[in-house]
Formats: sequence, C-alpha cells, structure tokens
Amino acid sequence: MSSIASTTGNAADQASQWTLMWWAFRRHRLAVLGLMIVGLLYFIAAFVELLAPYDPDLSNARAVNHPPQALHFIKKEKDGGWSFQPYVIGMTQKRDPITLATTFTPDPTKTVDVQFFGKGEPTKLWGIFPVERRLIAPKVLGERFYLIGADRLGRDMLSRVLYGTRISMSIGLLGVLMSLVLDIFLGGLSGSYGGWIDATVQRIVEFKLAMPTIPIWLGLSAALPQDWPPTWRYFAITIILSLIGWTELARVVRGRFLALRTEDFVIAARLDGCSQMRVIFRHMLPSMVSHIIASVSLAIPMMIIAETSLSFLGLGLLPPTISWGVLLKEAQNVRTIAEAPWLFSPGVAVCLAVLALNFLGDGLRDAADPYAQEGR
Amino acid sequence: MLLAYVLKRLFWSIPFMFAVSLVAFALIQAPPGDFVTSLAATLAQSGDVVEQARLDALRERYGLDQPFLVQYWRWITGVLHGDFGQSFEWNQPVSDLIWERMGLSVVLAIATLLFTWAIAFPVGIYSAVKKYSIGDYIISAIGFIGLSIPNFLLGLVLMYIAVVHFGSDTSGLFSEQYQQAPWSWDKFIDLLKHLWIPVIILGTSSTASLIRIMRANLLDELHKPYVTTARAKGLSEWHLLVKYPVRLALNPFVSTIGWAFPQLVSGSVIISYVLSLPTAGPLLLQALLAQDMYLAGAFILLLCCLSVFGMIVSDILLAIIDPRIRYR
Amino acid sequence: MTAETPVIEVKNLVTEFATRRGPFRAVDNVSFKLMPGKTLCLVGESGSGKSVTARSILQIVDPPGRIMSGQILLNRHMTRRGRSETADTLDLAALNPRSSAIRAIRGRDIAMIFQEPMSSLSPVHTIGNQIGEAIRLHENVSKAEARARTIELLRKVEIPNADKTIDRYPFEYSGGMRQRAMIAMALACNPGVLIADEPTTALDVTTQAEILSLIKKLQDDEGMAVLFITHDMGVVAEIADEVAVMRFGKLVEHGDTISIFENPQHDYTKMLLGSVKQLDRPAPRRLARRAEHPPGNTLLDVEGLKKTFFIDSGSFFRKGDELHAVNNVTLTLRSGENLGIVGESGSGKSTLGRCIMRVYDISGGAIRYTDRDGMTSDLATLPDRSLMAARRDLRMVFQDPFASLNPRMTVAQLIGEPLLVNGVLSGKALNDRVAELLGLVGLPATAMERYPHAFSGGQRQRIGIARAIALEPRIIIADEATSALDVSLRSQVLDLLLELQERLDLSFIFISHDIAVIRYFCDRVAVMYKGRIVEEGPTEEVCSRPVHPYTQSLLSAVPHPDPRMRGTRVRTRYREQA
Repeated sequence: MSSIASTTGNAADQASQWTLMWWAFRRHRLAVLGLMIVGLLYFIAAFVELLAPYDPDLSNARAVNHPPQALHFIKKEKDGGWSFQPYVIGMTQKRDPITLATTFTPDPTKTVDVQFFGKGEPTKLWGIFPVERRLIAPKVLGERFYLIGADRLGRDMLSRVLYGTRISMSIGLLGVLMSLVLDIFLGGLSGSYGGWIDATVQRIVEFKLAMPTIPIWLGLSAALPQDWPPTWRYFAITIILSLIGWTELARVVRGRFLALRTEDFVIAARLDGCSQMRVIFRHMLPSMVSHIIASVSLAIPMMIIAETSLSFLGLGLLPPTISWGVLLKEAQNVRTIAEAPWLFSPGVAVCLAVLALNFLGDGLRDAADPYAQEGR
Repeated sequence: MLLAYVLKRLFWSIPFMFAVSLVAFALIQAPPGDFVTSLAATLAQSGDVVEQARLDALRERYGLDQPFLVQYWRWITGVLHGDFGQSFEWNQPVSDLIWERMGLSVVLAIATLLFTWAIAFPVGIYSAVKKYSIGDYIISAIGFIGLSIPNFLLGLVLMYIAVVHFGSDTSGLFSEQYQQAPWSWDKFIDLLKHLWIPVIILGTSSTASLIRIMRANLLDELHKPYVTTARAKGLSEWHLLVKYPVRLALNPFVSTIGWAFPQLVSGSVIISYVLSLPTAGPLLLQALLAQDMYLAGAFILLLCCLSVFGMIVSDILLAIIDPRIRYR
Repeated sequence: MTAETPVIEVKNLVTEFATRRGPFRAVDNVSFKLMPGKTLCLVGESGSGKSVTARSILQIVDPPGRIMSGQILLNRHMTRRGRSETADTLDLAALNPRSSAIRAIRGRDIAMIFQEPMSSLSPVHTIGNQIGEAIRLHENVSKAEARARTIELLRKVEIPNADKTIDRYPFEYSGGMRQRAMIAMALACNPGVLIADEPTTALDVTTQAEILSLIKKLQDDEGMAVLFITHDMGVVAEIADEVAVMRFGKLVEHGDTISIFENPQHDYTKMLLGSVKQLDRPAPRRLARRAEHPPGNTLLDVEGLKKTFFIDSGSFFRKGDELHAVNNVTLTLRSGENLGIVGESGSGKSTLGRCIMRVYDISGGAIRYTDRDGMTSDLATLPDRSLMAARRDLRMVFQDPFASLNPRMTVAQLIGEPLLVNGVLSGKALNDRVAELLGLVGLPATAMERYPHAFSGGQRQRIGIARAIALEPRIIIADEATSALDVSLRSQVLDLLLELQERLDLSFIFISHDIAVIRYFCDRVAVMYKGRIVEEGPTEEVCSRPVHPYTQSLLSAVPHPDPRMRGTRVRTRYREQA
C-alpha cells in the first residue's frame, strides 16, 4: 500500500536478523532473567577458584555436618558503636553422651570475621595461574565458616556446590555440543541427500526415540571401567550423554534443511551462481542457526538432569570429581537429609540452572524466527 | 484400511525388536571382562584363589569363549523360549527374578500415564481457552517448575517432607504385612494406596510438558478456518470446542504415548531406586553395579520392548483417530 | 410487504480490532442492503475490510475484533423459510456473539462459505458428518433423516455418487468438490442469505466458472440473497446485481452493476476498473515495439522435454507412482519475443520453467540455447559447472515476493549476490551498479541498506526483478511473477518488464494461470494441460479462435469484466478422452 517514495527509513527497516531476534527476545522478561542466571552460572563455572571460599576437598573433623551460618554485615562493638564488618556467629559442638549424636549451638561470643576479596589459601586458576584473593574469605587465614553448611567430612558445601557448577554446567554444554556435531552431520546428510540415506537415518532416529534412555545410559556407564582416571570418565560420560541425547536436534536440522532446500530464495541463490558451499553457509545456515541455538539451550538442561541422575545413582561421575549429581549422592538417605537438609543445596542449584535454561530456551525459540509473522 | 495399517505396523516392529535385542545384548557384552572375571575378582577378595583352568571351564560351559554372534544367537533363542540365562549374583534363573518386578513396573508406568492424561488434558484445554488469564499464568508457572525439577530430586524432597513433617516413611509399594504375601484383593488395594506417591513424582514432568503441548496445539487449532466454519453453522462454543479443535489437538496428544511412555519407563528406574520400590529399577541398578549382566540384559531388553510396545499402541491409536494417517 | 424490503440492512457498521497501538478500524461506517434473490458483490483489494464486514454480520469476527456500533437488521419475515406479512426484525449487532439467539441465526437464516475449502472443513470428520451436523443443529430430525437430506444436498451441488462420497473425508475430495460440499453445508437449512467470502479465489478458473454457475442456479431455485465478496472484477461482472466497493474499511461507492462498470464515480473504482480493463487487451507498448523490432533468431529451442517425479509409496514393497509433470514439451523462443505459458494448477507449467533453468534435473529431451556468440549448447546435458555461464544469460523471477528474497540479507546484498559470486564486480563498483539497478526498477538508492521486510509486495517483486537483470541476461523466465500482487500493481509490474525489455533487449518466458496477463504481455502463448502443450500460437489468435477443446473450455471459463457480456458466451466443459 505504501508508495515507493514513502519508505523513509525507520529503525526496523535496517535491522538485521539478530537485531530483530534481540527485540523479540527482550520482550520475554523471564527469558532475559534466564539469560542473566545462565550467564552468572557459566561465570561461576569459569572462575570458581576466585569465588569459592575454600578448597572443596578441605575436610574438617570438627565440622562434620556443620549447619549453615548466616552472614551478618554490621558488627556492634561492646561500647555501643558499630562498624561495617561482615561476620558469622560461631558454633560450639556438643556430643550427646548417650546417642552420640552431635549438635551445634550458636555461640554469640565466638565470631568469625569475613572479608570480601580477602586472601585465601593459594590455589591455581584453571590449574595454571596462581591466585590468592577470593570473592569471600575469612579475615584470618585458617578460620572456617560455612554459609550453607558442611558435609559429613566437614567440607564446605558452598565451595563444593560452586565447584560442582563447573563440572555440571560444562558437561551439559559439552554434551550438547558433541551431539550437535552428530546432529548436524546426520540431519544435514538426511536433509540434503534425501532418498535411502534419509530413510535410513530416519529409521535410526525412530529407533533411538523408542529406546528408554535411562536403562541404556545405565548399561553403557556400567560398562566403563571403574579404575579410569576422573578426566577419562568425565569425557566418557559426556560422550554417553551426547549419544543418547542427539535425536531431537537431528530432527530439527533435517526438517529445516528439507524445508529450506525448496525455498524460493535458496533456489534463487543457486541460480545466482552460488556454489553449494555458499548456498549452505550464506543462505541456509543463517536461517537455521537461530533454531539450532534455541534447541541447544533447551537440550542443555536435559543433559544436566541426565548427568545429575547418573551420578546420583553412582553410575555417572565418581568422587573425587565434584558435580551436583555426585554431591546429591550424599543426600540419598532420608535419615541423612533429615539431619542435614543443607545437603540438598546442590539440588537447588540443579533446579535453578534447569529453570533458567528452560526460560532462556523458550524465549529463544519464540524469537528464533523473526520473519514468521510476515506475509500473512 | 485400518486392519492393513495395523498389520503393516506390527510387521515393521519385528526388525525393530530384533535391533532392540541386539542393543541389549551388546550392552551385556560391553563391560571389559565377563562375569567369570567378576566372579574370580569376588572370590579373590574373599581370599579364595581360583585356578585358571577352572575359569576356562566355566567360560566354556557358558559359551563365553564363542564369538559375539554365536553368543547372541544362544542368548536370543533362549529368550524366545523364556530362558533369560542365569543370574550370577542370585544364583537363580533370571526369569524367576524378573517377572513380578516387571509387572509392577508396567503397572507403575501405565498408572502414571493415566494420571498424566487425566491432569494434562483438562488443564491444557483450560489453559488454551483462557489464554493469558491468571489461571493460565499459574498453570504455566507450575508447569515450568515441574519441568525443571529432576524427578528423583522431587522424590527426595517429598520423602524428606513426609519424614520430617508427618513422621511417615513413604517408600515401598506395599505395607509390611503384604510384602511377602501372595496376591489378593487386599494386597491390590494396599498397592493402590502406595502407588499414588511414585505416580505423582514420576508424572510431574511429563504432565507439565503435556500441558504445554496441549495448550500450544489447541491455540494453533483454535484459529483455524474450520473453527469459523463450525461457528458459522451455529454450533455453541462448547460443542464446537470439543468436537473440532480439541479433537484435532488430540493427535499430538495421543502420539505422546510413543515418546512419554519410554520416558516414564526410564524415569521409573530412578524413582524406584529412590523410593525403594520393588520394581525393575533397583534390581537393574544392582545388577549393573555387580556386573550381573544376564539379569541386567533381561531388564534392559524388556524395558526396551515395553517402550516399543508403547510406540506401536500410540501409532495404532493415531490411525484410529486420524483418517489421514491410515489412508496414506 | 413488497420485494423492496431488504433481507438484511446494514447501517453504519463499525468493527474495530484492539491492537497494541490502539484500536484499528477495519470496518468504518458501512451501510448496505441485501435484497431477496439478488446478489451484492463487495469488492476491494486485500486489507479493505470486506471480509471483516461479512463476518460481522454473523458476529464471527475473530477476537480481538469487535463490533463497536451500527445496526445489522435481519428481516426474518423476508427470508424464505419464514415469509410472512408481519414484520419480524432483529438487530444482529445487538446480540451477544455467544448467545443462543445469534446461534439460531447462523447457518439457519444466514449461511456462509469461505475461501479455502480445504482448511475450512475439519480434516478428521467425514463430509456427511459435517453437513449432517448443520441440519441437526437447527432442525429436530433423526440421524437417518439428516443423512438422507445430506445425500440429497450433495446431489443438488452435483457431487457424483453422493450416497458413497458422503462418508469420505475432505482430503479425498478435489478442491472444487470441497467447495461444493461447503455450499451443500451452507444450504442445509435453506437459508435466506448466503454470504460467500472469496469462494472461488483458491480455485482454478474452470472450477471457478462451475462454482459460480452452481451458486447462480441455487440462488434462482431458492431465492436467496447472496453477499459475494471478491477482489476479481471479472467475477463481479459475471454475477453481481449490485456492487459495493470498499477501501480502507470504508464503502467508497455503491450502485447497480452496469452503472458502476460504465460510469464509476469514485477515483478508486475508476482505478480498479482501469487496471482490469487495461489488462483486457494487448499492451500497446508491446505492439509498437514489435512493429519496429520484429523478433529475431531462435534463442532457446526446447525439444521433447520430459520430467518425471517418483512418488514414494511409503512402503518398501510397492513401487511408487510416477508423475509425468512435464511430458514431451517442445517450444521455441526467439530473441525479443515474449512467450506465454498458460495452464491451471498442476498442469506442470512451473515445473517446465524450473526444468529449463535446470533447477530440476530433467528426465529427457533437449534444451538448446544459442548464446551471444552464436554458439548453441544443450543445457539438458551440461554438468552443473558449465551451467554457470548459461545461468548468467537465463534468469528467473519468482512468484512469491516474500519467499524468494532471503529475509536475512539487505537489498544491496540480494541484488549484488549474482554479481559478486560470478566475480563481475565488487566493492564500490558493485555498490554503484546496485544503485543503478534499483533506479532501473523504480526504487530509490536509499533502499540498499534495508532488509526485504521493509518493503511491500510490489516493491519486493521489483527487487526480485533487479536481481534478475543484474547480470545483463538475455532471457527471463517469470513464473507467475504477478500472481501474488493486487490487480492495480499487476499492470505496473508488467509495464516495468516491457520497459526493461526495450532497454536491455530481453526475451521473456512468462508463466501464468491468468489469461488476461498473458494476453497483455505475450506475443505467443502455449497452453499446458496435464504436462503437455495442447495448443500453441500467436496470443491473439489462440485467444480469439482456440482450436483445442481444452483451450476453448479454459477461455470460456474466464470471467469477462463487462457485465453486458454476461450470458452471451457459451461455456464448454472439457472432458478428456480416455
């Protein structure tokens, strides 16, 4: 309806696919929140050495199942004045002489001063760069505080959950990336050649979908030698997860490929003289990438749940590797968690991560095709 | 037409089942060493020394020195006769150990599926029809959370709450007096009383995803031209909704048996372990950890077959409700 | 009461859609009357609000649309079923859209049929079920009786073997049969008013002619008032007693058919009729050019071209069916000539175009192309690599201006793509050339940095044309290049193509289902039917003296935009000999 002259530019006219997607995405408040949480989690995963107050394996016989301590910020002096000094209230341990159960009671006379960006025990970032400063550390080196409690060996849960973030979040991402390679390969093969190749791949996909995943995971992981070093096992588990989790994306890729192959603009590109490579990379992939990203962000939470479940059952990652699932294995017994409910904290982390990724993926999926509304 | 479709579908499931059995057997064979090795290791731990000759004799007796396909052939012909091999750990034929537990697994999976449908169907319709209402938002929020909690975690939390706040133990499928008792009506009632907890735990995430699917499908269908046609006929909104869009949105819903059933079968393994239910799960896990591979293989094979069976049922149901499929 | 009393009287109707940017007025103060036994055509281009007007009458506007004000008076005593002397008038606009009062009207007093017969019928219910439902909703009859009446209705709309086809599903019907079934459903309760919302737009022209005469016949039998919504002035001339022209939600002109066609008052009506009438003759510009520059040597010589598709039967054991989409087609195109290929959907005309471009590998025959240096090569057997050169000379313009432009590339990238990948130009020179090409197709150079979504359909088609001429081709294959455009834009685009032909010395193969467009644009025409060319010759000759019975039937079915011609032509139906 608008005449040719009337197309005086507005911002949307010159907006690229990514700009349009960002605009659509921004409207989803929950998705933006999800993006921020996911960003934070991956930040933690990357720089956990700088964030965790203690070494996750540092045990303490006097702090077995130590309950969480609240962080206070304003310290009142005896003379009535006050100062800004974060601290926690210490606890004294008592053992019931009959039941032998230990109880912790807060003791206001004992306080542990805490410092932001203080010095902790030296460690190495990524095993390479020596670092000392921590986001949060005791003011006096060697003092202990447990913001979310300690486990049965007196290890700081907060540090353990933070370190678990690295393994759990990375195994999700790595697993999805591995299956993505498989997916794009098979989906692309299936979608671009068609015929019997497509039929074969489709049968495999169907077969795979009819399989109950967990028994097969369990079977495969049980087949891993128990004496493998942790890194081998980490990669082996990642491969198993990606083997099981790949089909969904292959379907997306194939579907998009098949649909795009006959799109007029792709045919036009071929007729323009574009090489096969250019048609795929310049014309077809850009319209798939957004869908793939959305599917990936929805697949990562599945992987995280899968890893957590496997490790929880003792068939995934094994200690001394620290992942949320490994940590939750400690919380298997009802009696244990009744005594020390903070052992659940890795579960909270799992839920938070999965929820955030789901929100993010949902928002991405809705924003994935900014052109879908057009032409109606 | 329908009969031909069903026959064709059943025929196609034969190679499928074959592939399933191959996968299950490959899993049995996958661990390094065989159960004789594990046996030797266990015996060695308890101080016994086993001679190599005796181990070899054992291998020969079980045919473990044969090539893969020969062993597979022995195993699968046995399975077809109802012989799943010998459980090394229990020293019993596998077939004596599995059937009751498999039966309870099936009961659990089907009960959960029914629960899932019973909740997801009406709630999904409500959510779509009352789009963007407060109820819809609440349902979506619950759905998101339901999807995000791994079900074993949900199980743990519920158990924690039950123990701490109600002082009762929620694990198991039977009360103590029925645990060893033969089947009776009372035992069945007792089973139902215990079943609902694992059903809710197991069903939460699939219910949440089904609600989302139902809502999205129905929203799609609600604006199709045939709805306008029906409205222009003078059909009331309620009749119209039930006869047309809901009927069409049912399609993807029925096809969920195909994918949700394997998921439920899967999920029940973990839930059963957490809640210590006498189903296939805990025994499978135990067998896997002990490398009792014939027992594990039998469970994996049967669980896979259960999934394939769910797939077939869903395909046939789809053909019944959608003429376009059976005429293709 | 006399026949002067209308069945429906719409007074000052206003329907609005609530949008994020405030209310959008889709129907703005519209008034008209429907007389019993008469047809009122509501005409307008896409987005004029004509469909919303029709839906407002039955209160079935999809939310967020709502009737804001005005009256829709239904004189029930004027409908056939309740004809009486006492006035029984009902204001439909005042009824609640969910009330049983309005539901009793829908399908009983006023029935409606829609544009897409496939999606307007439920795919999982049988035709009989859907029609029978309409009967049983409004009349207290038994299932058996409803079924008997349904069969009767299907016979009335000329569906063969009605007693068997009643149990079929919509996907087993052809497009025309589906629309007949829709009509049967609408007639189920002998309504006094039939609202037909573009009922023939999705159909081929021969099917359209059959449906139109069916509606006419039923109207004569039953004395219904018909509100017919269309954008096609030819259809209007064919069936309307009265015409109402809509634009931007307003009724701009209203009158009886002859006076509207012969003496239009409003500029918009004049423009609409003008663009239709302009297309009703050969383009003068083309004729003038041919007189000066008669077509030259043969450029393209297609001989015995075949394309067979294999349809997978979905089973391993049964062999798939073969579909001969293009069957032994022989054509020649001379330089400076426009060759039209006309046919209905499924005739294989688009496949033919794509085969010539070698989008598809062909199954047999030869495509001999003579290049600038006089060298002739057979495109059918060329390997993909050697096709590059030929594809610089042969270019294509697509039907859908939305699907054929990659939404993720700017206009400059789109038009520059062929120049870039063929290594013709790059950098600044490429930019200048793109600006020049935009100028050639009548777009400002400022369009370069924008994405396709910033343009309307007609403008996008110009972008597509600019891309096609970027490589200075010699032949352009235009596949339904004007079909997706409103009629007022069609002649503009065709004129642009003729202008480019003069400037750039182009030859066209123009594929279309629209005889008027072919007649305007093409020197010669080939008529395609089921993969074969049944007739070929100079356009005027084929149009005025068709030889093949299929061509005769096709031409006789084309509605003529002149109401005085109505009934003067005999329509023939083509039946293929077995």
